[in-house]
Amino acid sequence: MKTLATMLGAAALFLTSGSAAIGARSDLVLGVVLEPPHLDPTAGAAAAIDEIVYANVFEGLTRIGPNGEVQPALAERWEVSQDGLTYTFHLREGVTFHDGTAFDAQDVKFSLDRARAEDSTNAQKGLFSAIETVEVVDPATVKVTLGHPQGSFLYNMGWGDAVIVAPESAPTNKEKPVGTGPFRFDNWARGSSVTISRYENYWGEPVTLETAEFRFIPDAAASVAALLSGDVHAFPNLQAGDALPQIEADPRFTVMIGATEGETILAINNGKAPFDNLKVRQAIAHALDREEIILGASAGNGVPIGSHFSPANEAYIDLTDTYAHDPEKAKALLAEAGLANGFSATLKLPPPAYARQGGEIVASQLRQVGIELEIIPVEWAQWLEQVFTNKDYDLTIVSHTEPNDINIYARDDYYFNYDNPAFDAVMDELETTSDPEKRKTLYQTAQRIIAEDAVNGFLFQLPKTGVWDARLEGLWENAPIQANDLTKVRWTE
Amino acid sequence: MTAFVLKRLAVGLLTLLAASLVVFFVLEVLPGDPARIMLGMNASPEALHALRTEMGLDRPVALRYLDWLFGMARGDFGRSYTYSSPVLALVAERLAVSLPLALMALALSTAIAIPVGIYAAARHGRPSDTLAMGLAQVGVAIPNFWFAMLLVYVFAVGLRLLPAGGFSGWGVGLDGLWQGVKALLLPAVSLALPQAAILARVTRSAMLEVLGEDYIRTARAKGLPRRKVLWRHGLRNAMIPVLTILGLQFAFLLAGTIIIENVFYLPGLGRLVFQAISQRDLIVVEGVVMLLVAAIVLINLLVDICYAVVDPRLRSSR
Repeated sequence: MKTLATMLGAAALFLTSGSAAIGARSDLVLGVVLEPPHLDPTAGAAAAIDEIVYANVFEGLTRIGPNGEVQPALAERWEVSQDGLTYTFHLREGVTFHDGTAFDAQDVKFSLDRARAEDSTNAQKGLFSAIETVEVVDPATVKVTLGHPQGSFLYNMGWGDAVIVAPESAPTNKEKPVGTGPFRFDNWARGSSVTISRYENYWGEPVTLETAEFRFIPDAAASVAALLSGDVHAFPNLQAGDALPQIEADPRFTVMIGATEGETILAINNGKAPFDNLKVRQAIAHALDREEIILGASAGNGVPIGSHFSPANEAYIDLTDTYAHDPEKAKALLAEAGLANGFSATLKLPPPAYARQGGEIVASQLRQVGIELEIIPVEWAQWLEQVFTNKDYDLTIVSHTEPNDINIYARDDYYFNYDNPAFDAVMDELETTSDPEKRKTLYQTAQRIIAEDAVNGFLFQLPKTGVWDARLEGLWENAPIQANDLTKVRWTE
Repeated sequence: MTAFVLKRLAVGLLTLLAASLVVFFVLEVLPGDPARIMLGMNASPEALHALRTEMGLDRPVALRYLDWLFGMARGDFGRSYTYSSPVLALVAERLAVSLPLALMALALSTAIAIPVGIYAAARHGRPSDTLAMGLAQVGVAIPNFWFAMLLVYVFAVGLRLLPAGGFSGWGVGLDGLWQGVKALLLPAVSLALPQAAILARVTRSAMLEVLGEDYIRTARAKGLPRRKVLWRHGLRNAMIPVLTILGLQFAFLLAGTIIIENVFYLPGLGRLVFQAISQRDLIVVEGVVMLLVAAIVLINLLVDICYAVVDPRLRSSR
């Protein structure tokens, strides 16, 4: 049987060796873990959608850059009125959709109105909640009026959920996305890959790549094999596991450990006894040793966090010392709470390795201070139902991957069951503040409040393990949003 | 023979109906809301409600079951919640991988197992028999995913002769066909090995049993050469258990290849079901399971017909 395979293999080599590329390559095969359910970023929350189409196929009025900054996109520039209520966007001219139709102010009005409509299935409807009216001034100018000032409005318009679509193609974008980006959608071989290719009539700087294929490889071992065999050129986020040192030592590859917006937390049901007692939550915080957790849950990569905020953000403050690792103090706090003999609780863990492996370590750390945890592994669907929707849990580990999502702590009825009017007030003020300095101060106050309240066990920022062919450049090091922007990617030889 | 086939068909239909009831209601009990999974953690309640209405999830369970059942009777298996394309089309796409893969693996395993089984039976008790059966024992014991990973490391990572995985379709012309075969070669080999090992053992023991029968001795006594006795009188009579195993293996290869599909990230039927379960795309799971039940009923029917072909006694007795 081996000889058969060798023979066929030799034949394969013979057949493929004739097609060696001449000059710099212009194709790219990118490995991603999850296949998206469809390709319309305005009709689903799946990160896998944005990972393919954001900035490549679809563009919004603004866009988020490699370091999380707001950049102009389809809006060349804009003016904001004194009261912060009116945004006048000046659109780029000569922009066309991939089906050849022209882009103008009508498309912007259509897209924004569609996203905030009554029957909209936009997963991030909240991004548009401040909008009162959208008016077309002339084909190249749109005036958006807000009901109240919103400091994050321009950032919101840069989300994948806020991209501009055309009325003609909007109903079919799920299957055949039509946008204004530098790549057009080619083909979706379901279960296998999505291919995009250069759009020749792109308004901006044309991309170097001619084609790019996003290949779906859910299995970690298969990803590593695909990388080593050269089948796949780049993994923006490789689940490398134990194979990472081997890949790092291989001169064929570049390994880039960056940051994501994923705050990995030990979420606590603040509404349930004994976790409604601040002392118990503080005890948990003191019992956690972040370094050890990072070592076990994410192979030592990942920045420890002390609050629900990304270290990559300029408003970040390091609060990891608010309740430093101190098991004795944890025991003392439990005793003060009347639980000198400890107590037992459950820890529900979703499938990702950071949760399952991190959970074991968290459980052993809490056992040292007298808290016995029963580990219950759940799949995502169960997690969403039991933990997230029904709040039927004590503790869980999960990574919150949406950017800038500290405002979830102000939500009523959110699964943390946390309620602090002082925090809500800060969020309300933030919502209506657009001055960057003031916003920064408010964000810092917010970080402090939830850190001091020990709402959750704040563990670490999920790393992004980018691995690609050393001859490639232009891939993002960090992931301020869930996207694989290929517009600057090129082969150096 | 016709009455026999008709009777089996009627039983098959009843099996399908019973299966549809079990499949639908068991899946309805599963926790998890497909709309919530599609829209994610930050979804607003209004968006959720709008999507649930769009997907028809707000209607009573019994009504949805009847709709689904009558739909299937008309050949309409419904639309996938997540992919929003017809279930039947999704399954057809996946069969373009799973069916050739299953056939390749089956052909490989038969081509290896039957000669090895006969050879071992003919040399019963000699060192070559012991060696062949020892190897078969190893083949049964090796987990196929581990063997698959080994193949990947040797032929894809090491020798770079074959792709490490993936399947980009059947393409056009001879070259396209070859690309497809190339992608399926390692998976087919890793699936075939354990199946071949089982089949070889079954073939050997069936042959041994037959070779001990009186009519074999008679055939030998009347002067037929050994080889002829082995193939004409031996194998034909040993085929019944071999066919049974082959039928079971084909059903397994069609749907049970999920692990191998994961190792080689092939867009096969197993992956479709796996993804659909984790995303609570119940309508897809239900449709695929029903189609598989139908396939297995059909395979069993075919195996029964094959019995009747190889063994004329079975024809008259039914």
